[in-house]
Amino acid sequence: MSEFKQTFNSSLGKKLIMALTGLFLCTFLIVHLGGNLLLFKNDDGYGFNVYANFLTHFPPIEVIAYLLYLSILVHALYALILTIKNRKARPVGYAHVNKSPATWSSKNMGLLGSILFLFLVIHMGDFWYNYKFTSKIGFKEYRTDLATDKTQSVDYVPTSPNFEKSVSTENNFEIVRVKDLHARVASSFTNLLYVIFYVIAMFAVSFHLLHGFQSAFRTLGWVHRKYTPIVYFIGTWLFAVIIPIGFALMPIVYYIQSR
Amino acid sequence: MNLTLKVWRQKNADVKGAFVTYKAERISPDMSFLEMLDVVNESLILKGDEPIHFDHDCREGICGMCSLYINGHPHGPKNAITTCQLHMRTFHDGETIVIEPWRAAAFPVIKDLAVDRSSFDRIQQAGGFVSVNTGVTIDANAIPIPKVIADEAFNSATCIGCGACVAACKNASAMLFVSAKVSQLAMLPQGQPERWSRVQAMVAQMDAEGFGNCTNTGACEAECPKEIKMTNISLMNNDYFSAKLFREEHVHEHASGE
Repeated sequence: MSEFKQTFNSSLGKKLIMALTGLFLCTFLIVHLGGNLLLFKNDDGYGFNVYANFLTHFPPIEVIAYLLYLSILVHALYALILTIKNRKARPVGYAHVNKSPATWSSKNMGLLGSILFLFLVIHMGDFWYNYKFTSKIGFKEYRTDLATDKTQSVDYVPTSPNFEKSVSTENNFEIVRVKDLHARVASSFTNLLYVIFYVIAMFAVSFHLLHGFQSAFRTLGWVHRKYTPIVYFIGTWLFAVIIPIGFALMPIVYYIQSR
Repeated sequence: MNLTLKVWRQKNADVKGAFVTYKAERISPDMSFLEMLDVVNESLILKGDEPIHFDHDCREGICGMCSLYINGHPHGPKNAITTCQLHMRTFHDGETIVIEPWRAAAFPVIKDLAVDRSSFDRIQQAGGFVSVNTGVTIDANAIPIPKVIADEAFNSATCIGCGACVAACKNASAMLFVSAKVSQLAMLPQGQPERWSRVQAMVAQMDAEGFGNCTNTGACEAECPKEIKMTNISLMNNDYFSAKLFREEHVHEHASGE
């Protein structure tokens, strides 16, 4: 056991923890973006609300979700510990600014990470906390005519305070009643400042992962003439371009629609 | 050429240092940077001042003794050379040059621009060698080594231990140095018997010396006078995690050179 502790207390061990938690958080981004693309579906939030309900009520996903929150905290905590150690390693700084060529993102991972942490606190406080622990979010009822496949939605006020979700069928109509997170998303993104904050945070995601994704592979020691270019390609195009743009489009599109 | 120098002067590790401005006059563009400092020191001695203390030895770029953080670059603004190989023609007449020592907790200032790099020696002594039993001389080609492997190991072995990687790194991390010393041996058959204990011993010593942690910025690779590659760092990480997590070999099993 002490050997294990020694491994993870070493400089390389701490970086291993950073790399593993970081890559785990990267895989989550793919799932999160995939699911949230339902926001772009013009169905008054039917798909999105059912998806949100599934995420919060399917036990295996619940377990992974708590692992994810733990990863965020561990990643942030170790970043803090490593930064303090790195500062201590150079007690007297240089007078002349360091001009050694290194990418801007690689030199500002702490700043980018801090923006992201602030974003996560606000983002989870607004959506995740309110969805799970408060009654601020209302319900919606979706009636789908099974003959014509047309869906109509109306607000729904549950009689029981413990109501979560119901699916019933009556007279060839499928009725789905579910928490209306979509309305919360739409109302949040009418605020221009909020939208700007989200877009800035997505820039932070982009630059954080532009360096972080490939750096994690280097830390793990997975560098190979054949495969490292692929890691760079994925880190750049998927994690630093497609994913941040996909996420940033959500507040932008909802803001434009609300005008 | 006439230049203005802003030089870090510090009596010893215990007192605070400060910048002092000097004029370097009638400097030939063909002088090396160290020769330019020699000229400045001559004039300081004539004036009865204490000359500027700086490290130097072979003055042909192979010993790793010269250092100096010049205008924000270890070994000056040019690539793949040491300070002794830097010529004054790199600078323009009238330029102000800021000269600082390597800055790292593990490299305490001895005096002025000279720092104590014995932390590197202690890392080497922790495992940066192969234990060879004495006896008859073995034929040089007795152990076949593929050319690409031999070349790669030699590239890592060209590290002169000057500490520019530590000086350039924003975290004052010694990973490039340590990884070069680990992988030059890890790649070769002669290094295999101690491969897994060596990496553990050297990383443990690196941590004990108080160097920072690697964030893969690549500044070390860019400033290395011998162009040691960052792939060494990944190779070392791979060996370290393999040794710690999967191999049943411990750091104390490493012979300590007796």
